[in-house]
Amino acid sequence: MDKRKIGTEEAKQVTKDRGQIMEDGSRQITMQDEHQSSGLHPASSVAEKIRVERLNFYYGSKIALSDVSISILDRRITALIGPSGCGKSTFLRCLNRMNDTIKGARAEGTVLLDGKDIYARGTDVVELRRRVGMVFQRPNPFPQSIFENIAFGPKVLGLHRDKKDLTDIVEQSLRGAVLWDEVKDKLKQDALGLSLGQQQKLCIARSIAVKPDVILMDEPCSALDPIATLQIEQLMQSLKTDYCIVIVTHNMQQASRVSDHTGFFWLGKLVEFDSTELIFTRPRQKLTEDYITGRAG
Amino acid sequence: MNFNLAPNESSTLTMEKPKAERSTWSEFLVESSIRVVGFSTIGFVVLIFLFLLREGLPIFYEVSPGNIFGTRWYPTFDIFGSLPLILGSAYVTVASILIALPLGVCTAVFVREVAPQWTREILKPLIEVLAGIPSVVLGFFGMHVIAPLVRTNLDAPTGLTAFTGALLLAYMSLPTIISVAEDALDAVPKSYRDAALAMGATKWQTIWRIVVPAARSGIATAVMLGMGRAIGETMAVMMVTGNAARMPLSFNSLFMPVRTMTATIAAEMGEVASGSVHYHALFGIGIMLFILTFFINLVAAKAIFKKRYRGGLR
Repeated sequence: MDKRKIGTEEAKQVTKDRGQIMEDGSRQITMQDEHQSSGLHPASSVAEKIRVERLNFYYGSKIALSDVSISILDRRITALIGPSGCGKSTFLRCLNRMNDTIKGARAEGTVLLDGKDIYARGTDVVELRRRVGMVFQRPNPFPQSIFENIAFGPKVLGLHRDKKDLTDIVEQSLRGAVLWDEVKDKLKQDALGLSLGQQQKLCIARSIAVKPDVILMDEPCSALDPIATLQIEQLMQSLKTDYCIVIVTHNMQQASRVSDHTGFFWLGKLVEFDSTELIFTRPRQKLTEDYITGRAG
Repeated sequence: MNFNLAPNESSTLTMEKPKAERSTWSEFLVESSIRVVGFSTIGFVVLIFLFLLREGLPIFYEVSPGNIFGTRWYPTFDIFGSLPLILGSAYVTVASILIALPLGVCTAVFVREVAPQWTREILKPLIEVLAGIPSVVLGFFGMHVIAPLVRTNLDAPTGLTAFTGALLLAYMSLPTIISVAEDALDAVPKSYRDAALAMGATKWQTIWRIVVPAARSGIATAVMLGMGRAIGETMAVMMVTGNAARMPLSFNSLFMPVRTMTATIAAEMGEVASGSVHYHALFGIGIMLFILTFFINLVAAKAIFKKRYRGGLR
């Protein structure tokens, strides 16, 4: 009897929490709309790329994300901050369904990419991952030549017509990642011989070689030195004109430097999502303020 | 509880000093005995090699080099051409590896990358068991099952051919190849797979274009180790290859009898007079075999070492 009582109480607690967050979530979305209409982002050039509604995510029975709702704009950099284990990386990996490879992982809710639910039945996950590229925490070039690293994606997806076409794609991608001048004379060399910063640029070039719409970056600079970090950040600014970028970062300075919007995650919940300027100057939530000023987290 | 704890504590305290002294002594004893055992292993290998040299080297000055490396092996007429034996061994070994490599790599890929957990748990010990089957049993199997199959299907005069031996050797080297190749696949970092999948590659594209090439040095090691096992194998080969010492020079020789170095030594060692020229010739072949396997294992070990070294750097 007792147990059951406790159980129901817990359930009540959970629903209550969710209720609050739901309210928060919906409020955040309207806030987003306000920004758009108030001229912060002229509506003509900015479209909503990803819309996440009430996403719950579980590793087995453990809940990793609860009731996350967010709207991510095209051609903008959206940063996700929060302490380790708060679910920001999990959230990022939900956007290209990389979590599918983890056993027992399960998502509930909707993630709309250009209005289409990527968790709907019959979604082509391979095509989804082509459209939503990913750059990982540690540079992970394949143990092959620089050329082969970039050419891998176009080859397996059949994006090129002939050899010349492939060479062009490789060059464009490397130029896009501001790496061409450094490696154009050594395309045949092993990619693992590059510096870590160059390797990470190579990984970015590799992901843009398959012409994605969105690039997800999971702490792309955490293994890099400050100079390489700066270069990657500059690169992100130049990529912004063509892609929707979502970056997870531990580094709050980085979030404030590079991003247009910032979301703050805490214990699997999206506490606050707003323009980066507002988050870092006038956050609405006490928790956000505490985290940003270093009092929490 | 407390009462029990207190005496225990005091007893350990009083015991502490003598125990420590005894432990240094036993430590010393264990350490030195392990050292003796370790060095004696090396010593035995050296002694065996010296013995081999003592018994085998005389052949190289008892008989002219032209005779030793000739193309005919007729020991009863003092003709000791070892070339057909060397080529026979090489022929059977290479053929067996050509059969075993695709099978082994595919099995390793299946076990490591494709099979569900429960299948993997059944398959892995089964593969280990495969390695434990005595070669004479396999030889039996080869003589009575494979050889007739080869004879009837190829319409050959005999089923005891190089090809039969190669099939059997392939089967025998498979466990080695599979388990080493599987380890190599296992060592490929997850980040490579993630990167390939995140780019929109399918599971198969990821496996064949990224994971297998990344494990190629380990797979090469697997092949070398399998080869080392195949070239040194005696009993099964002797039972199924027909043992005719002829030069295997064409592709057709694959379907004719051959004689390997190991089978020659095993078959003839029982009937030679100790210290005779023939006796020395057999040991001479032993030396050649030793050097051959030594180099194959050396190459394999080097590849393993290189892989570890790179793995450590990453």
